[in-house]
Amino acid sequence: MADNTEKNQGTEEMLENVLEKEASAQGAADEYSLNDDRRVKTLSPTALVVKRFLRNRVAVTGLIILAFMFVFSFVGGIVSPYREDQLFYRTDSQNKQWGAIMENKELRYIAEQDSDFPSVARAKFVLALKGDGNTFESQGVTYRYEEEGPDLYVLYVDGQDAPVAVATYDNVSSSTGNEKLPFPFQYAILKAAANEKTSFEYDGKTYAIDEAGTVMDGTAEVAYASRYTVQAIMKDVFLTREFKEQLIEAVEADQKEFSFTDEEGTTADYILKYDASTSSWQVMQSASTRVFDTYSAPSSKHWLGTDRNGMDMLTRLMYGGRVSLYIGFIVVFIETFIGVILGGISGYCGGWVDNLIMRIVDVFYCIPSMPIIIILGATMDAMRVDPQIRMLYLMLLLGFLGWAGIARLVRGQILSLREQEFMTAAEATGIRASRRIFRHLIPNVIPQLIVTMTMSLGSTIITEATLSFLGLGVKFPFASWGNIINDVNDTYVLTNYWFIWIPAGICLLATVLAFNLVGDGLRDAFDPKMNR
Amino acid sequence: MRKYILKRLLQSVVILVFVAFIIYVLMRCLPTSYLEQVARAKSQQPGSKSFEEWMAQLSATYGMDKGIIPGFLSWCGRAIRGDFGDSWKWTVPVTQKFAESVWISFIMGAISFFFEIIIAIPLGVIAATKQYTKTDYTITIVALACFSLPTFFFASLLKLLFCVKLGWFDLGGLIGRHYEQLSTFGKFLDRANHLVLPIVTLVVISIGSLMRYTRTNMLEVLNADYIRTARAKGLPENKVIYHHAFRNTLIPLVTMLGGSLPGLFAGALITETLYSIPGIGFVSYQSMVTGDIPFSMFYLVFMAILTLLGNLISDILYAVVDPRVRIA
Repeated sequence: MADNTEKNQGTEEMLENVLEKEASAQGAADEYSLNDDRRVKTLSPTALVVKRFLRNRVAVTGLIILAFMFVFSFVGGIVSPYREDQLFYRTDSQNKQWGAIMENKELRYIAEQDSDFPSVARAKFVLALKGDGNTFESQGVTYRYEEEGPDLYVLYVDGQDAPVAVATYDNVSSSTGNEKLPFPFQYAILKAAANEKTSFEYDGKTYAIDEAGTVMDGTAEVAYASRYTVQAIMKDVFLTREFKEQLIEAVEADQKEFSFTDEEGTTADYILKYDASTSSWQVMQSASTRVFDTYSAPSSKHWLGTDRNGMDMLTRLMYGGRVSLYIGFIVVFIETFIGVILGGISGYCGGWVDNLIMRIVDVFYCIPSMPIIIILGATMDAMRVDPQIRMLYLMLLLGFLGWAGIARLVRGQILSLREQEFMTAAEATGIRASRRIFRHLIPNVIPQLIVTMTMSLGSTIITEATLSFLGLGVKFPFASWGNIINDVNDTYVLTNYWFIWIPAGICLLATVLAFNLVGDGLRDAFDPKMNR
Repeated sequence: MRKYILKRLLQSVVILVFVAFIIYVLMRCLPTSYLEQVARAKSQQPGSKSFEEWMAQLSATYGMDKGIIPGFLSWCGRAIRGDFGDSWKWTVPVTQKFAESVWISFIMGAISFFFEIIIAIPLGVIAATKQYTKTDYTITIVALACFSLPTFFFASLLKLLFCVKLGWFDLGGLIGRHYEQLSTFGKFLDRANHLVLPIVTLVVISIGSLMRYTRTNMLEVLNADYIRTARAKGLPENKVIYHHAFRNTLIPLVTMLGGSLPGLFAGALITETLYSIPGIGFVSYQSMVTGDIPFSMFYLVFMAILTLLGNLISDILYAVVDPRVRIA
């Protein structure tokens, strides 16, 4: 501080020089007598306070921090290219479960309806296959089977000519969509495929079939028979023949990955994974998807990275500051408003009014405000109160619970001021009571009031931030410094993403500290006994 | 003196009744979500009564079926006999849960109170004796910074540094993973280890205001006439400060510290919650968030009693410590 006093002395010297110059300039015109009032430079009390305040370097630092915070919060939001709730995306390659492919190693049954050949009959059939004869009985129905090709069994109800079901290792799929082909058509295809024919007839039409099992109606492919079952996870995905063939090739070649280009020319990469428990291959598609750009590190685009929801952190910080400051000011305004009116009445009137108001103050002083706000916050959570209305309730509540201290202060001040001579003088002039209060009493309380208000701005901001941190104050989508830090509750964020919570904490600390420094400086500046 | 204490006590009781009434009204106005929740869960059990029947039974059990004034009167009647009902969240009597959790809070509070005093008061005295020097400004700014530090931010910083980076402490809780296998002394050390960070947080957060309070009062004393007299007598500066000035500074200090003694039982709501220490603060936070009316009601009234008691103690101490003060 030594250099500060030196500097002060320096400025004082300069001031004296200037004054001397002025005096000598005026001295030429008319010489003032030594006790002339005009020789003394008079400053108004306000100017004195300002001068004393500006001399306090710590307080001025606080003021500068505050000014910066205000610009940051109120102008920053306008300057920032992003909105408070603007979401950002990035593309990320993710492996999505796409489908499964399985080689048939058990007999599959194809029937018009599953009930035509129930599972009990299927079991009986398997037993009968190993035994002699080609008939078996199940649930009172006698079935007969015929082997119509390698691994192709056709089942009839005994005495009927039309087959009820076909048992085979292959399955038939339509080439044009996911619809099921009619049973007789499937039967015809399977029969042709099993016997390695090149053509067959069905429903009066001639179809061609090749070695791979592709069924052609003239030039158009209609269906195919295959030993592999390929299924997509999503019902609405139609797997083309080409895709299935490539997939099967890849499986047979024991490849781990393959890529496929569809008709539209888009290439996708697939990963094959053998699952021993179901003896099938899982097919994963690694596709690039658009995801929220969450917790991205600081970059030139996002100076402080992005938060949990993929919103720009710096912009959130600016809007958060705005909310925190707004709430601070409104709460302190409410507190002061109630406090000054009740404290003023109490101090001025005295008697039973004073007694009554002071007991009310005692009661409010005793009510534990933090727990009450936590309870009400939890209730508002349960009732799903709109975040905006919630913010309003929060301000009213904080203001309504916090006025007792100010009322006490105002009352105490007024009690002592009331007894002073200037009030007797004011009374003697016969002016109205309201004018006496508002012109003569209240202005004398204002210095104390300003100091207390500045200090309580800081503590209100902390209270609000604490509540928001606990998730009971300002809620998403609104940002506040407290609810930005809220992410720390996730230990992973605490450990890995410092840029999420440290800047908000520093803003909070700097603002509250600045309010306290300024309040402290003001207290010193208002104190006329200060000998600096 | 006795008359004054009696008068103040009576006054406090009246204020307490009003505070309790306001809190009771507030509690009753809350949507009784927890009761409904319990009733719904119970009614969904096989072969159970209907939701409405459960609701009626539960409200009768918890005195929620009466009007606000009769309900309050019956609550008061039971509270005077020390019966605060059963906690909805903890499913034990409120007083039992309170007795379980208050001691850990008290230990935490007492230790941090001790550290607070031995750190803040000397620093405050030093700052005052070296007014407007670099030391004074440093101490003042540090005090204000501690005072302005949001608890949750500071606790998070400590956790990052000591729990994650250095791995000295656990992130939360009162006992470690291997608590049950430890010897008695090991158990004690384990608990102590878990209390270090909460106590550090509490001390740092509360140190600022005490430091400033000491400094302000010390400055006031140092400007008094009897100090000028002492200096004029030619007493050594040390004697002036520690014999004449500091003893007089003790008057407001003892008054204030005495007044904050009951607060040791109040628990640190935020700090305990942040470190998951199962003290009265964390327990009541959980109760309040889940809408446990009997426990919240008890906790709020308890807090009000502590505040009143604190005011009473500091007013009485004011007269006891300072022989110049006479109470009519």
